[in-house]
Amino acid sequence: MLEISDLAVEVGGKLVLDGINLRIGEGEVHALLGPNGSGKTSLIMAILGFPEYKVVRGSIKFRSVELTSIPTDERVRLGIGIAFQRPPTIRGVKLLDMLLVCRRAQRDGQKNDEAVLDEEMLRMAERLKFDENFLHRDVNLGFSGGETKRAEILQLLIQNPDLILFDEPDSGVDIENVELIGEVINEILQRGEKPSVRKKSALIITHTGFIFNYVRADRAHVLLNGKIACSGIPDEIIKQIMEEGFEKCIRECLSEQQVREGERK
Amino acid sequence: MNEDLNEQRERLLMSGIDLSEKERSGTFIQKDAEILLTVARHAGLEVMPIGEALETYEWLRRDYFWKAVPADKDAYTRAASREREVKGVFVRAKSGVKIEFPVQACFFIATERTAQKVHNIIIAEDNAEIHMITGCSVPEKFGSAVHIGISEFFVGKNAKMSFAMIHNWTSDVGVRPRSAVIINEGGSFVSNYICMEPVKSVQMYPVAYCVGENALAIFQSVLYGREHAKMDVGSAAFLSAEGSRAEINSRAIATDSAEITARGEIVGERPKVKGHLECRGLILSDRAMINAIPSLKAAHHDVELSHEAAVGKIAEEEVRYLMARGLSEEEATSFIIRGFLSIDIKGLPEKLADQVRSIVKISAERLI
Repeated sequence: MLEISDLAVEVGGKLVLDGINLRIGEGEVHALLGPNGSGKTSLIMAILGFPEYKVVRGSIKFRSVELTSIPTDERVRLGIGIAFQRPPTIRGVKLLDMLLVCRRAQRDGQKNDEAVLDEEMLRMAERLKFDENFLHRDVNLGFSGGETKRAEILQLLIQNPDLILFDEPDSGVDIENVELIGEVINEILQRGEKPSVRKKSALIITHTGFIFNYVRADRAHVLLNGKIACSGIPDEIIKQIMEEGFEKCIRECLSEQQVREGERK
Repeated sequence: MNEDLNEQRERLLMSGIDLSEKERSGTFIQKDAEILLTVARHAGLEVMPIGEALETYEWLRRDYFWKAVPADKDAYTRAASREREVKGVFVRAKSGVKIEFPVQACFFIATERTAQKVHNIIIAEDNAEIHMITGCSVPEKFGSAVHIGISEFFVGKNAKMSFAMIHNWTSDVGVRPRSAVIINEGGSFVSNYICMEPVKSVQMYPVAYCVGENALAIFQSVLYGREHAKMDVGSAAFLSAEGSRAEINSRAIATDSAEITARGEIVGERPKVKGHLECRGLILSDRAMINAIPSLKAAHHDVELSHEAAVGKIAEEEVRYLMARGLSEEEATSFIIRGFLSIDIKGLPEKLADQVRSIVKISAERLI
């Protein structure tokens, strides 16, 4: 579904990602871990194509379509969605307006949509514990941490993309909200189904790892200084990071790398 | 009866004036200096040409005429005060009368190179409730003209008055409204001013005097400056009685070579008064200018005054957010502008608020 090869990205002339290789197959959920500043968010922003994240080398392919030369909105309409870590407030634009935009993206640009809430949207809002009144608030204005994250997930639920990028869905959120968010992410990603029938793929960024108490990943990667330092079985990597922090994991990753490099020589 | 303006029906509708008079409790229409229609259809409501009212009620001249706005305030008030024949509208909601449907007043300039001078007095007596909508317009293709409008509002004890004014001029019309309101104990006055269409220059600074305890004044304005428009628009509130409150809220968008000065001033003079000023500007062109001048004055220690002002271009981050939901850059930009202009229209009956909102929306739609 997503294939990133030898990707290098600059922000403001500074190299933030260097030589990233990542393949996410259909129905796969990948975890991307790493300390603050390691380049996790930059990777997501480069996949989305935000202009200040300049691809200087390599390629990003989504279902074999090269993304690097097309604008964000077109990438989104191909079936990519994102839950932002800290989405902006837009005054006068209601959460409901955002949901209608998402519905339109899901219908791939069909413009005959009415500017009203349908039953299905209302049901989805309720699933995320929003009542109808809440939908009439300016998006993200005065939302609590949990409300912001739930609102992001709700937008994705309506947009229904095939590849979803989650940027820290568990940071700044209390335990109840993480649990709810985890449940809904599992539903979106069809984690209850057999692996062979799952169609939705995801890349989940986290530095706390809490979300993986609720969502099972198929593979985990650790990002360090703009490079993938190691990849492996999520349970082992996540467990180690949660218990012992990044440092030990990274040391081991690096020493493994050195061993491998040594073997090659 | 309105043949003279029938062909302007659509344009007037965009100024909030409905010639069919549906759901209006009164109508006043003035074209240039000619008064075409004066209607009142609610018991306890008076709508009269101001000249006639001044002849009928000697108290009007004594207690109200030039009592809120000083006649010698500036060159425009002096020019208006020198008129031999005063034109404009007198509206009064008598004591205790609550009028649900709005009274509409239309000031239309049909002749080029005219200086239309009007003087209006609007009174809500004690415990009365009245809603006014004023539409000012000219034909779609029009040369130069000047509109000078003196408006004096008087809000009695526990009375409610709302005033929506929609300007629908063209790019060679100069406008100088001069307004003031005196609000007595427990009374409230809410003004909504909309100017989304071209204008050559508009300069106005309505002032609210909260002279009675717990009086409330709210001024909201939505301005869209374009072409060479010069807009100097603001409001002031003097909180001169205990517990009185004021809110001033403006949204300004400047594009092309427009220059907008958005002023706001709240003066707290007595204990337990509260005031908040919010001024937001969006600048869409490098040749445009927005100058936000919020001012707060406290002349007593027990006052609560605050302001928020923000002027800038459309935030990239907001555009990105919408693009990440599938909107193109252009769609995202217009989405943000629509949101920016969707000010909460306060104090109006729901239907009228809807009409005003839809006028703002349609104008915005045309611009984007």
